[in-house]
Amino acid sequence: MIKVSPKAKHALVAIISVLAGFLVGAIIMLIWSYNPIEAYSSMFTSALGSMNGIGETIREASPLILVAIGFSIANTAGFFNIGLPGQAQAGWLTSIWIVLANSHMSPWLLIPYATIAGIIAGALVAGVAGVLRAYFGTNEVITTIMMNYIVLYTCQYLMQKVMSKKLRISTDATKNIPANGSFQVSWLTNMFGGSRINTGIFIALVCLLLFYIFMKNTTTGFEIKAVGLNKDASTYAGMSANKNIIVSMLLSGAFCGLGGVVQGLGTYQNYFTQTTTLDIGWDGMSVSLLGGGGALGILLAAILFSILKIGGLGMQTLAGIPYEIVSIVIAAIIFFVAIDYVIGLLFKDKEQPQPVQNKPVAATASDSGPQKTGTDDSKAEGGK
Amino acid sequence: MSFVSMLALIVSSTLVYSAPMVFTSIGGAFSEHSGIVNVGLEGIMTMGAFSAIVFNLTFAHQFGEATPWLGVLVGALVGVLFSLLHAVATINFRADHIISGTVLNLMAPPLGVFLIKAIYNKGQTENITQNFGYFSFPGLSKIPVLGPIFFKNTSAPAWLSILIAVLAWWILFKTRFGLRLRACGENPQAADTLGVNVYKMRYFGVMISGLLGGIGGAVFAESISGNFSISTIVGQGFMALAAMIFGKWNPMGAMWSSLFFGFAQSLSIIGGQLPFISGVPSVYLQIAPYVITLIVLVAFLGSSTAPAADGTNYIKSK
Repeated sequence: MIKVSPKAKHALVAIISVLAGFLVGAIIMLIWSYNPIEAYSSMFTSALGSMNGIGETIREASPLILVAIGFSIANTAGFFNIGLPGQAQAGWLTSIWIVLANSHMSPWLLIPYATIAGIIAGALVAGVAGVLRAYFGTNEVITTIMMNYIVLYTCQYLMQKVMSKKLRISTDATKNIPANGSFQVSWLTNMFGGSRINTGIFIALVCLLLFYIFMKNTTTGFEIKAVGLNKDASTYAGMSANKNIIVSMLLSGAFCGLGGVVQGLGTYQNYFTQTTTLDIGWDGMSVSLLGGGGALGILLAAILFSILKIGGLGMQTLAGIPYEIVSIVIAAIIFFVAIDYVIGLLFKDKEQPQPVQNKPVAATASDSGPQKTGTDDSKAEGGK
Repeated sequence: MSFVSMLALIVSSTLVYSAPMVFTSIGGAFSEHSGIVNVGLEGIMTMGAFSAIVFNLTFAHQFGEATPWLGVLVGALVGVLFSLLHAVATINFRADHIISGTVLNLMAPPLGVFLIKAIYNKGQTENITQNFGYFSFPGLSKIPVLGPIFFKNTSAPAWLSILIAVLAWWILFKTRFGLRLRACGENPQAADTLGVNVYKMRYFGVMISGLLGGIGGAVFAESISGNFSISTIVGQGFMALAAMIFGKWNPMGAMWSSLFFGFAQSLSIIGGQLPFISGVPSVYLQIAPYVITLIVLVAFLGSSTAPAADGTNYIKSK
């Protein structure tokens, strides 16, 4: 048993989950006589060994960060938004459609127009689940799952049957968007060896900062946290549970929609028929779960998963190991995150019974300001 | 096309498309009645489909026409093994049921494709040679009018699934085992006080969902897709989950709603051959199961049909 603070425990559990996930991947590779050391080393070298690889890794991380923020907001309010793929897909199709339909607009108008429309599309898809939950008590897990498939087939229909033929190259893909609607900029592309990196990463980082401030310093953020911690107590304190349900779901969908916009206007530059629910939705959820829902955690987890996903492509070509091992490792990591109770048993015991004794010790240790320590403690508790 | 042959086409394709959902949704009902939410049905079906296809490709020579049925057994076994991940995580390790179920869904498709690549060196298997095909009941298919519609060139797994639904209803609501299982989903503390082993019953619930989910996946693979790839199981598991909810957590209800969803799904596929359906855009039929489930959920406002302790971890006090 190791003595650790609750915050350190969170981080340690995450690190152990990651290592255990890698171990599961290694065992599976060993069973099928692939070399796991070769696999993981080729993974990291191809993701980080060249400017192109780094650019692609950053590019991959951008939508994941946004989707993860979306998941975190709903999760903080106590809602499991499993409809991330559908919300992101709605944002993706909407933004591409608007750019293609208004291709002669000035980029200063077109990009914000398409981006905001994509955000609204994502928010509306999530909002359905929020409204149903608020006014009819419908379980949001079920509604968001159903919405995923409704969006999946509706997007296919909209692109194939409603979208003007002039905007498509075939029934399965739209035209590429013109440069004035794209998030790709030449200086970034050139700096990172021709990779698909785009301004999406700046959007993601700004959103991460906004998310941090929003959760820590705004009334709405506080209310969302309060409702998530104890719905009855927050209602008694005068917060509207219904309002918070809908606001948190709208915000959640908005960030997912933005993730889809970055994927569309940044990465792919077009929309093409999706046969299954969108990957970035599930990966974004995994990022948020591993990152513990906090801003820093999301950033680190997004970088890790992007290295895996981009490095996995290199691993497949360099070491000849099937790419799917990456998704297996990610799923295994989330499995270990889910059973954090068991992993936590390694650390928990010594710290928990002594919070009362610890406080005066901490106060005397840091002479600079016992009050400050007090506020930090309360924040840490609130953030759980 | 005559009216009878048109009805026969609709009925037989409805049965073909319903069968995997009937099995899987009944499995879901068992899991939820034991108190474990199982959103991992999709992943369980994927593993069932994967293992059935691999078995079928490997042993079709030895077993001939029996291969698809044996493949279903293999799919069932693999489904049980895979569901144990969910069982251990939620029952013993106090994991969130939704996250753990999602892990099954995240894990199954890449695991299946990885193994396919490791075994066959390509991302998609060959088509199987022994599939379920069409089955005619020996005597019943000779009945005038009803025979050709229901019993000639129909789906054998579908009729089996209907039998299983009746059996499942009987087990769940008329036997001691069923009562104990439901007690664990309604009030595990009370069940424990009365000497029911809650953990054991919940393991049974999840494993039955693994068994039937694996069967569902295997039936889908061996009667509809015919091979295994990343896009073999896309949404059937979630549709089975929807069918279970639409059926109010009752195996018979799950069966009827699966048949209905199968009907909607088959219309979107054979609709082009039917005079009055061909004008309807297929998207309406594709999204119908999901939209209807949403509407039903909203309409059943206030009636708590889900088991009371569904989705909560039971922690036995020492």
